Amino acid sequence: MERTTLSTFTDPLSYQFMQHALVAATLVGGLCGMIGVYVVLRRMSYIGHGMSHAVFGGAVVGYVLGWNFYLVAGGWGFISALLINQVTRRRQIGADAAIGIITTASFAFGVALISRGKHFTRNFDAALFGNLLGISRQDLYLIAATCLVMLVVVFFLYKQLLFVTFDPEVAPTYGVPTGPIDVVFALILAATIIVSIKIMGVTLIAASLVIPPVIARLLTSSFWKILILSTVLGAVTGFAGIYISYYQNVASGATIVLLAAAMFVVVMMGTVLRQYLPLGRVDGRASEVIGTAALPPDLDVH
Amino acid sequence: MSAIVTLRNVSAGYDGRPALEDVTLEIEQGQFVGVLGPSGSGKTTLLRTLLGTVPVQRGEVLIDGRRVSGAGRTPAGYVPQLQTVDWNFPITVEEVVLLGRAMNSGVLPWPRREDRERMYGVLERLGIAAYAKRHIRALSGGQQQRVFLARALMRDSKLLLLDEPTTGVDIATRDDVLHLLGELNRDGVTIIITTHELNAVAAHLPSIICLNRRLIAHGSPEDVFTPAILGRTYNASMHVVEHDGMRLVAENPHLSQALRGNGPDHGAHHVEHVH
Repeated sequence: MERTTLSTFTDPLSYQFMQHALVAATLVGGLCGMIGVYVVLRRMSYIGHGMSHAVFGGAVVGYVLGWNFYLVAGGWGFISALLINQVTRRRQIGADAAIGIITTASFAFGVALISRGKHFTRNFDAALFGNLLGISRQDLYLIAATCLVMLVVVFFLYKQLLFVTFDPEVAPTYGVPTGPIDVVFALILAATIIVSIKIMGVTLIAASLVIPPVIARLLTSSFWKILILSTVLGAVTGFAGIYISYYQNVASGATIVLLAAAMFVVVMMGTVLRQYLPLGRVDGRASEVIGTAALPPDLDVH
Repeated sequence: MSAIVTLRNVSAGYDGRPALEDVTLEIEQGQFVGVLGPSGSGKTTLLRTLLGTVPVQRGEVLIDGRRVSGAGRTPAGYVPQLQTVDWNFPITVEEVVLLGRAMNSGVLPWPRREDRERMYGVLERLGIAAYAKRHIRALSGGQQQRVFLARALMRDSKLLLLDEPTTGVDIATRDDVLHLLGELNRDGVTIIITTHELNAVAAHLPSIICLNRRLIAHGSPEDVFTPAILGRTYNASMHVVEHDGMRLVAENPHLSQALRGNGPDHGAHHVEHVH
């Protein structure tokens, strides 16, 4: 039994593509979990979803022109992020409508290019839904480098990012340069989405940005704890998701998202149960997400 | 006493449209000032102009003798309206308060020892040290106001700007907040608050600024609580009554009539005495 369990873990590692996929999914999962905290708390979940679709257009252009995928998709994603930022500042157009126009137009452009050259179809199935086989050694280096850069940026801009995320109106009055911080965040988000595309697929990146922070939010009320917990949850679901994907022969992105969603359901049920059963101290965290009905009596909540 | 705030012919606003026009005023160090005016009169714009976050189109703004030259350069603590706070945001009391030192506490994500000590000093002073690890939503209204006051005090400033600190809170919390601000003011902090509450808040403050895009009046409640000045401030007929030595405003004409025993309305330009 012990040997069977061990071989369950070791057997897939005999394939190089699995080694690559495991490292990539763990890193990408952790990265999405970390950046997702800011995405969710800035109420940008829809932007994350739209950005991944916008990047698809750039990816297709890069492929058609034979240019570097990361360079073209990266530039495309960053320009999309800035365009979204600019359009949403014009108050005549709602943010959701602006995102809808820019990202779907970019996605449609990619689809139009694909429809003119049917031979791209297989590659773009992978781009849409994620593919274990698609991770090269160069991809791994790029993912690792991106994760390192993002970690350094989040580490050194922790306080500024937190202030701008929590209180964007007040942050400038305390000297926080909100404009440059927003640009840096647009870059971070674009980079995160681009390095995640191959493993997660365009259509499922948003879920890996959103689900880990939401699970973490159910478990703690402190920002720095959520940041760490969400990163760990993202990495764990990425790692475990690849194994499940391998054994169940399901697309990697879909497996990771389904695993994260299952974790969310379990944690959600746990927090709901804790409210109604005397299982020890509850500090009101679940109630803050769900509502205020079941806050503990020692809290004077408004 | 020297002026801590000086505005000279200041026009300020967004997108080229002034929300404040040609405002000239001085606020002495150590004053406790209430800013009155209807919605859209420029109260919040005035605070933000002092903070350097609203473009000054004309004139000059000086804080402590130095020209305000951009956001974050004003040495002032700012407390926004609590209604603008996202109470579901996952953040504890100490995390909020430490944001007050976000730009002055080094590049590492965790607070330096002196910042942590200062934070606990401020929290102790405001009576909320026991709640440092709690989520901001798990506090009463008065405690929540103190959290954001604590963040402002972390700037170690002699000037505090508060945007409607008593709006949307119950009477006990309002008194609690005003009492606390009074204590800080007695310690030498200059305080400027905006408020809509004429009788419950403004009437008790030593100094009032009446604003309606332009400066209408600046003085003690006895000086500015007149039907003429309030009428120009609110573009409405305002009635002032004197009760036990305090000037109170009957904001509702029907209430005013009731106070006058349903007598004929002689216009708004006199103060009535009610005993």
